[in-house]
Amino acid sequence: MRNKLIHWLIWLFILGIILSVIILFSLSVGSSGIPAKKIFSSIIYSRCTTEYSIIFDIRLPRIILGFATGGALSLAGVILQGIFRNPLVEPYTLGISGGAALGVCLNILFKLNEILGFLSLPLSGFTGAITVIVLLYFFSLKREVFKIHEILLTGVMISFISSSLIMLIMALSRTEDLHSIVFWVMGSLEEPNWLLIKLMVIVSISGLFISYLFCLDLNAISLGEEEAAHLGIDVEKVKKILFLLASILTGFSVSITGMVGFVGLVVPHFVRIFAGTDHKIVLISSFLSGAGFLIFCDTLSRTIISPVELPIGVITGILGGSLFIYALTRRSAFFGEK
Amino acid sequence: MFEIKNLTCGYNSDFLLKDITFNVNKKELLGIIGPNGSGKTTLIKALTRLIKPLKGEVIFEGKNIWQITHKELSKKIAVVTQNLQPNFMNVEEFILLGRSPHYKKFQFLETKKDYEVVRKCMLQTDTIRLKDKFLNQISGGEKQLISIARALAQEPELLLLDEPTAHLDITHQIKILDLIRKLNKESGLTVIIVLHDLNLASEYCDRIILLNNGLIHKIGSPQEILTYQIIEEVYKTVVIVGNNPVSSKPYIFLVNEEDRKKSIRV
Repeated sequence: MRNKLIHWLIWLFILGIILSVIILFSLSVGSSGIPAKKIFSSIIYSRCTTEYSIIFDIRLPRIILGFATGGALSLAGVILQGIFRNPLVEPYTLGISGGAALGVCLNILFKLNEILGFLSLPLSGFTGAITVIVLLYFFSLKREVFKIHEILLTGVMISFISSSLIMLIMALSRTEDLHSIVFWVMGSLEEPNWLLIKLMVIVSISGLFISYLFCLDLNAISLGEEEAAHLGIDVEKVKKILFLLASILTGFSVSITGMVGFVGLVVPHFVRIFAGTDHKIVLISSFLSGAGFLIFCDTLSRTIISPVELPIGVITGILGGSLFIYALTRRSAFFGEK
Repeated sequence: MFEIKNLTCGYNSDFLLKDITFNVNKKELLGIIGPNGSGKTTLIKALTRLIKPLKGEVIFEGKNIWQITHKELSKKIAVVTQNLQPNFMNVEEFILLGRSPHYKKFQFLETKKDYEVVRKCMLQTDTIRLKDKFLNQISGGEKQLISIARALAQEPELLLLDEPTAHLDITHQIKILDLIRKLNKESGLTVIIVLHDLNLASEYCDRIILLNNGLIHKIGSPQEILTYQIIEEVYKTVVIVGNNPVSSKPYIFLVNEEDRKKSIRV
């Protein structure tokens, strides 16, 4: 047991270092490069220089938002993978992100955010996400034994339907709304509203804490729902709470950063290779790696063809989609079923 | 200790078990036998709260099992099923999961006691040498043994096993049943075991329940249940019942078609 703990601590330490390096890198590169040495001096000494304002007003908010959403999306991925016992499910492949996106688009179309305030955006995203989860929940309940392929296919179809509806909304909406919808659908970590960023940080970190209350249950569920019930776990209750948690995490992430897909697929996959399958370590390390991964992707998105900024969803989509196909072709190892 | 009263249950409108009533005494080794589809697995599920009875009740130590929390119930009753999902944990982690009912609220890490119990269970089941192996690296017999070790780690009073010897060679069949009998006789563990093999049931069980079409056909000692009249009636197969020369328990001999015809002609 002590060996395992030491192993875990070393692994978390390495993750922490990688995350700090990525944050430093992200702070320093961009349309105006700031060398790492200068970052510290400008943070400590000069409050009025351009470097200071670039770091604090432009780059740092993006990094904080990247940290929160990257962590939240990976966490949602780990939770859903734990419940469905399949490494291919995540908010994006299950159509939960699509549902959240549709919710937010409807909000923009009907201008609810102007009436109810900007907090209605994350709430409508959450409503969209929970709707999809409820659909999936009943779909899996109706059959005694759900087939994971069917769930995945349903998820993909829900994604299709919601993206078609989003296109319909785009066709119906006026030009000034159109720009905000398009930009938002493609995904970006640029968020001028500090309050939303703070909200996202609170949601994702409390999500991490809440998920830890269920790490033993998730470990037991990995043996199958019946086995978990024999081990004294109220499987239905745990599933409901975790589904709710996953949809809060996804709904808030999507409504603030737009459709950033596959983070919840890529990150936990690699975390399991290095850290094992025990949720006690998988949850925290997925959170940290997801944060690092999204900050890194965001840095790429704004530097690859600078000064033009790529949508971050494009980068995570290409990386994650390729991994998804790779994982599908190695089905036996991933599905663990016939 | 365990009372089953007028239990009726099934999926949808299909009744799989009808009006089942029996008692399990403390420190007893009770076998459940019956043809395929007679409701053995459904009965195990009904006894462990996986399916809700339509009628009747299951009472454990004076309380209806549906009024006991999941956690409390799993400290008393442990189950060994046949469906071990493929998984990437190692044997020790797997057996440690058996300690989950004993975790306190907000407890994340295993205590020293958990490790001691797990070690003891591995010694009892002779699986300590598998400790660091992964679940996909071990044989079917070993999987069954570690499942039993995990159930023992729950420190239960009642152990339910659903065909623990299915698909195993005789070495492992005997090893597992000897272990269960030893636990039953030496540690006073009450055991309910579903068995396919009538001769194993005869050899190891104190009492046997014979299920047929969701009904209890008969309950009694191996000598009372395993007679050729009853077996031929329930299993629709010609058998000859003799005795095991060592234990003098009933032993069932099967007769093939050719010999059956011959004996009719004679």
